[in-house]
Amino acid sequence: MTVSLDTPPPSPTNVVASNCVCAHCNLPVPAGLVDASAEDQFCCHGCSTAYAIIHSCNLDRYYAFRDRDGVTPQPAAATGHRYLELDDPAFLDLHAPLKSDNTRTTDFYLEGVHCAACVWLVEKIPAIDHGVIDARLDFGKSLVRLTWREGETKLADIARTLDSLGYSPHPARSATARSVRKLDNRRQLIRIGVAGACMGNTMLLAVALYAGLFATMDNSYTLLFRWLSMLIGVVALAWPGAVFFRGAYAAIRTRTPHLDLPIALGLGVGGIVGVINTFRGTGEIYFDSLSVLVFLLLVGRFLQHRSQALADDSVELLFALTPMTAHRVSPQNPMQIDDVPITSLQLNDIVEIRPGESIPVDGIITRGDSSIDESLLTGESHPKSVSLNFPIHAGTVNISSPIYAQVRATGEDTRVGKLMKLVTECARRKAPIVLFADRLGGRFLIAVLFIAAAVFTLWTMLGSANAADHAVAVLIIACPCALGLATPLAVTVAIGRAARRGILIKGGETLERLAQPGLLLLDKTGTLTTGRMSLRSWQGDETLQPLVAAIEAHSTHPIAGALTSGLASTATLTATDIQQHLSGISGTCEGQALLIGSQHFMEIHHVDIPYELLQTTYDATPVFIAANGLVRACASVGDTLRPDALTALNSLRALGWRIAILSGDHPDVVRHIADQLHVTDARGGLLPEQKLAIVQEELLRGPVVMVGDGVNDAAALAAATVGIAVHGGAEASLAAANIYLHTPGLLPIVDVMHASQKTLTIIRRSLAASLTYNAFSVTLAALGIINPLIAAILMPISSLTVLSLAMGSKTFRRTLP
Amino acid sequence: MTVLFVVLPLAILFAGVAVAAFIWSVRTGQFDDLKTPASRMLHDDDEK
Repeated sequence: MTVSLDTPPPSPTNVVASNCVCAHCNLPVPAGLVDASAEDQFCCHGCSTAYAIIHSCNLDRYYAFRDRDGVTPQPAAATGHRYLELDDPAFLDLHAPLKSDNTRTTDFYLEGVHCAACVWLVEKIPAIDHGVIDARLDFGKSLVRLTWREGETKLADIARTLDSLGYSPHPARSATARSVRKLDNRRQLIRIGVAGACMGNTMLLAVALYAGLFATMDNSYTLLFRWLSMLIGVVALAWPGAVFFRGAYAAIRTRTPHLDLPIALGLGVGGIVGVINTFRGTGEIYFDSLSVLVFLLLVGRFLQHRSQALADDSVELLFALTPMTAHRVSPQNPMQIDDVPITSLQLNDIVEIRPGESIPVDGIITRGDSSIDESLLTGESHPKSVSLNFPIHAGTVNISSPIYAQVRATGEDTRVGKLMKLVTECARRKAPIVLFADRLGGRFLIAVLFIAAAVFTLWTMLGSANAADHAVAVLIIACPCALGLATPLAVTVAIGRAARRGILIKGGETLERLAQPGLLLLDKTGTLTTGRMSLRSWQGDETLQPLVAAIEAHSTHPIAGALTSGLASTATLTATDIQQHLSGISGTCEGQALLIGSQHFMEIHHVDIPYELLQTTYDATPVFIAANGLVRACASVGDTLRPDALTALNSLRALGWRIAILSGDHPDVVRHIADQLHVTDARGGLLPEQKLAIVQEELLRGPVVMVGDGVNDAAALAAATVGIAVHGGAEASLAAANIYLHTPGLLPIVDVMHASQKTLTIIRRSLAASLTYNAFSVTLAALGIINPLIAAILMPISSLTVLSLAMGSKTFRRTLP
Repeated sequence: MTVLFVVLPLAILFAGVAVAAFIWSVRTGQFDDLKTPASRMLHDDDEK
């Protein structure tokens, strides 16, 4: 296995020096990077750049704000992209058209926005780049709107500034979808506002009318109150309430049961009868109860809608993954390099990929050696060394040096493109679950109509003149307000509490699907292991350990971190002549010249490895240590199991889930992990397509929950009953998954499972409560005892019961084991 | 109490004005982002 040891990792490692913290992010600084002569210390190059910018523009208050807010520090993880494609005139005209006052405006999604101080810093961009007029950040969506003056700055410069501050920008392309959502949101708010005002005013008038029931009131006043409440009530029904009539009409046209049907029936009948009775001057009017109904139902609907929109926003980042332009080597003149859009690339064109850039196409390397971060595609966290004739894939990142590649596929034909297509297909095939309350809606309608008809016939047979009034009372009183509130309230409370715990749940039906235990498929990387390297074993000469530690302290590579923290080091040792190579490190310590690195590294330096040290261990990476030209020891370094993994799996088993492991890693590694966790069904060495096939096969037997990270799992995540993407995975897996966990470890999954069962219980309980209320009040109405006053009291009580059931629930309040 | 015939419609007119103001504030985007302004005002500085 070849491991390059000279590539700095994207974030600082756990090589900790004595109490020396980074001036930018407050994280410990690796010992090898401590610069004794400098005033400020930095844990990585990104932090040092960010600090320099902030400091030179007099924005140091950022640190004060951040420390005051008490947020967890994060290093400035700059990607080092050059963002030249943003200055492409075609891109600018499409996404940031020039306005009449010579300015342009565009939106970026920013990574790494995590606190209120970030808002301040991002909005201070005009102080750093004077061409920028305005920067407004929407914290909830991590979306920044930039306005800059044409000619005074370039978009690529602004993007680079943002990137070096640690907020890598991604162009937000779906501007239309976003503005549609925004307008929709505004419309809903207006409806709720109008409905609320109507509700308040009709209720005030109703109080006067009800008071008149018990005392005498001049008929002219009664008429005034009735006419005014009719006026307001009709506004409530015709404007905000129109949503329900439209919904009911759609339900009739598509012949699907929907809760809007009985609601529209109740509202419609109540409204018409109320208007007639107002004109007649006698008979009951129900406008107060009707406007309360409209308001409460709209609020329920708004809550449901908002939690869904929240999830949609976070998904859009996906579309900013692969670059839009490539550096094409001109076919006529190999010295000339043009930046062209991906779409105009031809097969067999040669493209240049500079270090730090995302690879735009699938291809074959024709020139150059480099290392490539393929984590997006494979989930493998170690960079892979590549050279001539190696295949490279779009979406992966070139790390160390420029390479040239021949184009083999672009756009949708690339591997990542095909995977994304699979994701959309799987997501589309999954039939939408009709909410339980909606299914109930159809039957409810029939039952109510039947009861009303029966009431009318019975009272007519009994010779009552009020038969029609009683039937109307049944129709209005049966309007399922609490029923409409029950599901959105319970789901919103659960989703909201989950979000506060770093669990992002898309849509309420996800919770419904999880309540039934089935098969839980885990991906090994990232979900079961910490993803951090640690020293597993040491074979050979142990006297070399302090020397190795002293040398490795100078490197920031994950493997170096594992060695320094795992080996006993002596502070007095100093290493000299440190040199970092592609797959190893060399240095002198205590008079011994040491070479530390992979087998490949030893071969390059013509050092033979003794047979007893050369053995195949698949669960770890071997690191050889040679002193004065002889390999004397071998350290194996590997990923460690998360401490909570076994507890979490046992709790899941207790809930009735069967556990299996699917992984792209070597079968032996997977076996090793599975044995420690008592998992019998573990499969390794799987390609993304094979994972998808397994998920589809298992789906025939019952619900399948897939837990994974990275784009390589995306298709399987989308195909599963519920896909859960875990912390640290590629942002792209968000799109495919139904649940995204921000917090590391498996315990959040246990939480979600518990919460989904609890939420379903609460929904069922709320539905039962609201149905009981309805049955009770319909009985009263059928017996002819109901009047608008009793209706006005019963209705809010049932809604309040549902509300308190949802709010008082213990969902996500369980203390962790 | 005949004053009710004047006062009640007037009160409802006032309510209508309030509703109109609310609709205006929603349409001008004042409810689009409720999270950022809260943290923005914390850091509003005196440089202006």
